[in-house]
Amino acid sequence: MADKAQWHQETTNVDGAELTVIKGGSGRPLLVLHEEMGHPGWLKWHAELAADHSLIIPLHPGFGVTPRCEWIWNIRDLAGFYSRFVRSQKLAPLDVIGFSLGGWVAAEMAANNQDQFKHMVLVGAAGVRPTEGEIMDVFQLMAPAELAATVLDPEHTPEFDQLYGGIGPAQFELWEDARAETARLAWVPYMHNPSLPHLLRVIDSLPTLLIWGREDSVIPLSAGEGYKKAIARSRLVALDKCGHRPEIEQHAAFMREVKGFLS
Amino acid sequence: MHLAYFTERPYRYGPNDHIIEKGFFGTPNTFFDPEKGHELYHEYLDEKVLCEELGFDGVALNEHHFTPFTMGAVMDVEASILARITKKVKIILIGNPLPLGNPLRLAEELAMIDVISKGRLVAGWVRGAGSEQFAHNANPAYNREYFNEAHDFIVKAWTQPGPWRYEGRHFHYRFVDPWPVPMQKPHPPMWIPGLLSPETALWCAEKRYPYIALATFLEPTVELWNIYRDRAAELGYQVGSENFGYMQKVYVADSEEKALEIAKFDMFGGAGSGYSLFAQPAYNFPPGYNSKLATRRMATQFTDPNKKRTSSPFQGGAQSESARADVSAAQVDHRSRFWQEAKVDVNETRKAIYAQLPDVLNSFGIICGTPKTVIPKIRVVLDTLRPGTFILWQNDGPITRKDRENNLKLIAKDVMPAIRDMGKELGLQSAYEVKPGSRALAHAGKPDSVGSLEPWKAWREAHPY
Repeated sequence: MADKAQWHQETTNVDGAELTVIKGGSGRPLLVLHEEMGHPGWLKWHAELAADHSLIIPLHPGFGVTPRCEWIWNIRDLAGFYSRFVRSQKLAPLDVIGFSLGGWVAAEMAANNQDQFKHMVLVGAAGVRPTEGEIMDVFQLMAPAELAATVLDPEHTPEFDQLYGGIGPAQFELWEDARAETARLAWVPYMHNPSLPHLLRVIDSLPTLLIWGREDSVIPLSAGEGYKKAIARSRLVALDKCGHRPEIEQHAAFMREVKGFLS
Repeated sequence: MHLAYFTERPYRYGPNDHIIEKGFFGTPNTFFDPEKGHELYHEYLDEKVLCEELGFDGVALNEHHFTPFTMGAVMDVEASILARITKKVKIILIGNPLPLGNPLRLAEELAMIDVISKGRLVAGWVRGAGSEQFAHNANPAYNREYFNEAHDFIVKAWTQPGPWRYEGRHFHYRFVDPWPVPMQKPHPPMWIPGLLSPETALWCAEKRYPYIALATFLEPTVELWNIYRDRAAELGYQVGSENFGYMQKVYVADSEEKALEIAKFDMFGGAGSGYSLFAQPAYNFPPGYNSKLATRRMATQFTDPNKKRTSSPFQGGAQSESARADVSAAQVDHRSRFWQEAKVDVNETRKAIYAQLPDVLNSFGIICGTPKTVIPKIRVVLDTLRPGTFILWQNDGPITRKDRENNLKLIAKDVMPAIRDMGKELGLQSAYEVKPGSRALAHAGKPDSVGSLEPWKAWREAHPY
């Protein structure tokens, strides 16, 4: 884990609800929406993007740190919650990057109001049902096995052991919180919204980059192709020898694409 | 005392090696032979009629899904048949998994069973095992919310004259007017089975429903009785035997050797660590399904592969810090024993399961023997837990029809009279004799306990292991 001095945690208020946010870096704000297992910790890619972006990483309500919001029933509700956050913090329009479930949240926000974003990056995003293969049923795995399934080769993936600060009892409890809230939000339809591809067609002016591991076994590449089809002028980058975590599995290519796109 | 019979009704031709490797839950249904299924369903229904003839007060059913562990995938189907082919026995459902389905449909089904049986239904509710949530795609994170709301809705559907409108959090029926309504008024009794989840015991205390512990270890069961007792006292009533039921595995045969032989089969039923095979951990512990305490216990078990068990779960939890943690620990241990490591060695696991039989017998997980040797042990259980309802749980695992029936007949002839005498002597009254929640507190704030560990401790001292 990189130097803790690079980031700090603060609590803000969104429409009467508490929201804990990790912040770090300086420059143009970048909203980072984390994945279904939670915020994986401050990794190398965070540090590198923080050189010229102010990273804003809200910890999803009900994922163990930010308290649960009873009224948030699904991902579209969560997207509405974050739209309130972005607006109340006077951040719009800003850049956004979302990973897996967080990518789905970003897509729902964009489908509802593309003008709140300047650029959108979706990485192995959930939300659109793949046409080939299926979204992995991560609930049929215990959390440590789920984590291992997110990368192609855990043993040879740099920073894999640093994800979440490693596997320990305290982290296991946080994962269970995250998994429970993910179940509340996305148990059925499982990890996708059948309306989303249709709703995304409203987007006509939001530059969108889609990054996928070609061998992503959690959200197959064909889901990325579905996003590409739905979002006008979006670009899909499929990385070889890469699973569900391009940011650590193909770090250099990931950074090149994201930095190039956001600059 | 209410004396009943329960069996899991296993598909006894299940593929044992496959089950050891992968668990009961999710055994491919290509292993199911409908011809054998036909024979077994009839056998199990006939057995209930035999129980009635032998003098049992009730027959209990349960259900599990996608598993050869239990043939009762939809127990209301069996209960409906029993409503017609039996005359006297109570039909005890322990229980319908409320979170899995449509509570209005359930209210209708159960009302029909109550009417057909002329008011012999005992309804009971469960959350459903973790695996059941996968089987019916019921969101496990809302499991307890579904349970509570479905329960409240069904009671209302049975008691509030229709038509009326219902718009809840999870269930919505804008026009409610179910025909028929139950024969029993205001509604059928409800007994709640469980594996010692304190939340369920507290809920039962609040609803004044009997709690039926399913062959749980004696120490934490007494602790759970006390959790119920304390909540009852806060609500202003004194618990009695009518608030509690206990399920005990008993195998009786003409000789000790034969009894041991059939009891051994149960190591692949609900007894011992064979029960760990019920489902793999990911299915047993789906997201959001467990209490915080159970999750904490799992957190250590599933993140530290080097952690070795320091004691058998069958010893109960006398050593650790709190009753609730004990209960949680025992549950997690009990349900996840064999899949902590990556690979399961079938033969080694089978040996390990059988090797636990002495532990199981010693903890009274199974009581087996001749009538003469089982009666004193049953006495210890009754004296320790003082349940108003006592359910003999038998005939799990691949036990033959002949042995099953012989077991039941011997129990009826030589053991049941002794149990009835003990019930009288100990003053064990069922929920049919004393209305649960109707006893006044003798002195405010200081309720009397129903159970006591002393008889069990005395037995253990006299019979060191």
